[in-house]
Amino acid sequence: MASLSPATQAPAPKFRQVSVVLWIAALGLFWLFWKHGAGLAPWAFDYPRAWTVPVARWISQAMKWLLNDATFGLFTFEQATRFIAAVIEVPYQVALSLLSTGFLEGQGSTATQILPPLSWLAVIAVFALIGHRAGGVRLAALVVGCLGFVAVFGQWTSAMVTLASILVAVPLGVVGGLLLGIAAYRWLWVERVLRPILDLMQTIPVFAYLVPVLILFGFGPTAAIVATLIYAMPPMTRITLLALRRVPSELHDLGQMVGCTRRQLTWKVLVPSARDPLMVGVNQVIMLSLNMVIIASMIGAGGLGFDVLAALRKLDFGAGLEAGFAIVALALVLDQLSQAFARKSWGQPVQGSWAHRHPYLLAALATVALAALLGLVVPAVQSYPKTLEISTGTFWSNVVKWINVNYFDTLEAIKNALLLNLLIPFKRFLLSLPWAGVVALLAFAGWRLGGWRLAVLTAFLALFIAATGQWEKAMTTVYLCGISTMIAMLIGVPVGIAAAEKAGLWRWVQVVIDTLQTLPSFVYLMPAVMLFRVGDFTAMIAVVAFAVAPAIRYTALGLRGVDPRLIEAGRAMGCTRSQMLTRIKLRLALPEILLGLNQTVMFALSMLVITALVGTRDLGQEVYIALTKADPGRGLVAGLAVACIAIIADRMLHAGARNARARLGLAEVQE
Amino acid sequence: MTSFKSFGRLALTGAALAMALPALAEDSPDPIKLTLHDWTGQLITTNIMGEVLKAAGNNVEYVQADYLAQFAGLETGDLDVAMEMWETTGREAMDAAIATGNVENFGPTGMKAKEEWWYPLYMKDKCPGLPDWHALLEPACAEAFSTAETAPKGRYLGGPVTWGGFDDERVEALDLPFEVIHAGTDAALFAELESAYQRQAPIMLWIYAPHWAPAKYEGEWVEFPTYSPECYNDPSVGVNPDMAYDCGKPFGEIWKVGWVGVKDKWPGAYAAIKAFHIENDEMGKMITEVDLEGKTVEEVTAEWMAANETRWKAWIGQ
Repeated sequence: MASLSPATQAPAPKFRQVSVVLWIAALGLFWLFWKHGAGLAPWAFDYPRAWTVPVARWISQAMKWLLNDATFGLFTFEQATRFIAAVIEVPYQVALSLLSTGFLEGQGSTATQILPPLSWLAVIAVFALIGHRAGGVRLAALVVGCLGFVAVFGQWTSAMVTLASILVAVPLGVVGGLLLGIAAYRWLWVERVLRPILDLMQTIPVFAYLVPVLILFGFGPTAAIVATLIYAMPPMTRITLLALRRVPSELHDLGQMVGCTRRQLTWKVLVPSARDPLMVGVNQVIMLSLNMVIIASMIGAGGLGFDVLAALRKLDFGAGLEAGFAIVALALVLDQLSQAFARKSWGQPVQGSWAHRHPYLLAALATVALAALLGLVVPAVQSYPKTLEISTGTFWSNVVKWINVNYFDTLEAIKNALLLNLLIPFKRFLLSLPWAGVVALLAFAGWRLGGWRLAVLTAFLALFIAATGQWEKAMTTVYLCGISTMIAMLIGVPVGIAAAEKAGLWRWVQVVIDTLQTLPSFVYLMPAVMLFRVGDFTAMIAVVAFAVAPAIRYTALGLRGVDPRLIEAGRAMGCTRSQMLTRIKLRLALPEILLGLNQTVMFALSMLVITALVGTRDLGQEVYIALTKADPGRGLVAGLAVACIAIIADRMLHAGARNARARLGLAEVQE
Repeated sequence: MTSFKSFGRLALTGAALAMALPALAEDSPDPIKLTLHDWTGQLITTNIMGEVLKAAGNNVEYVQADYLAQFAGLETGDLDVAMEMWETTGREAMDAAIATGNVENFGPTGMKAKEEWWYPLYMKDKCPGLPDWHALLEPACAEAFSTAETAPKGRYLGGPVTWGGFDDERVEALDLPFEVIHAGTDAALFAELESAYQRQAPIMLWIYAPHWAPAKYEGEWVEFPTYSPECYNDPSVGVNPDMAYDCGKPFGEIWKVGWVGVKDKWPGAYAAIKAFHIENDEMGKMITEVDLEGKTVEEVTAEWMAANETRWKAWIGQ
């Protein structure tokens, strides 16, 4: 993170000098302690086993209590969660019946179909109509293209199972997030309570709470939907809160003047006027829900995620890639539709008869009915004909084989050079640091960046990791994510700069990073194993591939958002192109780039669980082991340790970005 | 693999619980939920069981579930039967689940899990003493299996940490000049094998059967001193008098497990599941047909059903 060189035009040079001296002193002390402290205070290097706080056991016991004894008087806790699961099950069954299985009478293998599911043509047509309504012919064509791709590659059945769970999870996530956000807006205490919970929901790896969710909500698609909600809802809540705060106070006053009740004020004034940012939240919920497809399939959701896993177990890369890209296609459709709705300005409601007012609804109903009738006669209308399916077959496996046979030695040489000169030394360095020293140094950094409150927070969180006996694994985690973040930034910032300069390039880069974000990493993880063997290097590739997206995105957004007047001024003063970039644009975009760094770290940490699948030995592995042993306490504690690392990094970088803004005289962004 | 779900399942679950109480001779009409995992052998086993139960008039539903995460469902009766629980990889989770009193072991499937160190046949040129494990003690032989990170020691790619297997202990007890690297998943394990095999490069790794790998790749298992429980528990037994684990890995049963309520709710099906029996070779052949010859699981299941009618009819008492 050496790239965060401080800007030179500091407002108070004297203050800065003091700061530099303090930093040198702190680092010097730390170095002395590291080099010579081992003899004096061995406990500061290896956390004594006797001091370990058995949080894992407490959590496991609490889970047992919740499951067996907890009661609200009339009903037990487990009955309550099972009831929630049953409530979610209803819309899911409707969506699944509609899209995949058809409406059935009876259960299991004795079930008979009363009504067939929607035909594939009808589904595509309905989506195309929605696309046309929201974004005209172009969007309709895109939707048809994407869904057509899914059908042609024979992924339709699985894709509809996945779509059914997404169609349930997204509205629930949006409504739940919206309500929580409104509650936090209205009552300050709700916000206070909610903030740390949201942080945890976003940073604890999903695998960590999968076992508790399974135990409480039962096995199957509903548990998968609950897990998806926990993961995908927080951004909606945050964005709601932010959006409501930004509604101009004039509107608020106006609402009160015309005599709105509190409810009217919220639903008729505030929420509608915050619609644009709220749609961004909807978009985030959709993307994150699709991210969960693979994990959801492990606990009974089936669909495309299951196909990806099954294909890779057979090392059938082509099939894995096809199922993976079907997920990308679904994401693209839902994302573009929701964005188009967010942009669209709705005209005056049309007057006239019902059919006049709802031409699209009418067209959709007509298509569905027509396709259903035709489907009874022509089977190809009901389900996509098998004979017309295409597949890449063994093509991709052969590509990997060709690279493997011809270039393995070259790749191996590059890998070894990086491993021996960068990765391993860095890992050894981090592992040799005394935990007590690191905690103190983090507290110092927190104090310098954000005052004593941040100092206390960081020290407490770091201490939690040590006290639960996970220091070594946490350091391995920091090492892997740290290196990956560094490489992601090294790739992402230049690409972001290039993309910001050329609008044409930016469009393509966007396509690539959107794909990287939604394509399940499993798809490229196994070919990577073939070329680089199991271990940290392969894990690093997977993490970088995923985490490079925000690095590029925020850099480009930051540069494009630089005030054009300042650029004009620079040009007038005769800056060269490179001077413009380094002296003006990059400097002014620094806060955004720092936020990009923040997001890159978060993305890297969220990949931990995936990296455990290629044999790393970090907290992700710990979470994974706990999952396979169905040990809720162990998993949650390791998950909390990951959350601690994430929160420390997040708070520090936010404080850093705030300082950078203050120094540059930019407006404070509400976080 | 479509999972059939009905609409009014909510109401029925309650009714089903009530019906489960008296030990009726008749099987409940509710679907028996069999779990499907993500490897072919298990899909075949489960499909055969499912088809047999259907032939007996039972109502069957297939549910996709993770191998280990499924126990959460088996304990509560959300899931009913898991057809393959490997002694070698699932023992701990299975014991924990059985200890809760909500999960029952339905007995062995008849298949035995073979797991051991394995190498492709072309490695015999570089290490002529194989498959006898003493050959691995030769420095030249170990070096033939080495990589830049492990040299001069050989590299042994073990299973995921969660599989156990005591390979680190084995290396130490037998004083093998090898370093144990753990793969994170079995997909990673076979990706490495495929990679090495394509290049005819050295590799020594954990392979298990029944699986398609021993059929696809030519190779052999290393012959370690034969396993005995004493060898694992008693240091004095075996080649190394001071250490345990100085022998090969055990052959493990592959168990059928399920929810404890199956016995009362579907007594007929329960008997059929307990009677289910199939052998390694038979299964290995079917796995190869699916994974390497491109048949579907359903086709292979149907062929087996047609060829073994008397066998499975005996399981359901016909």
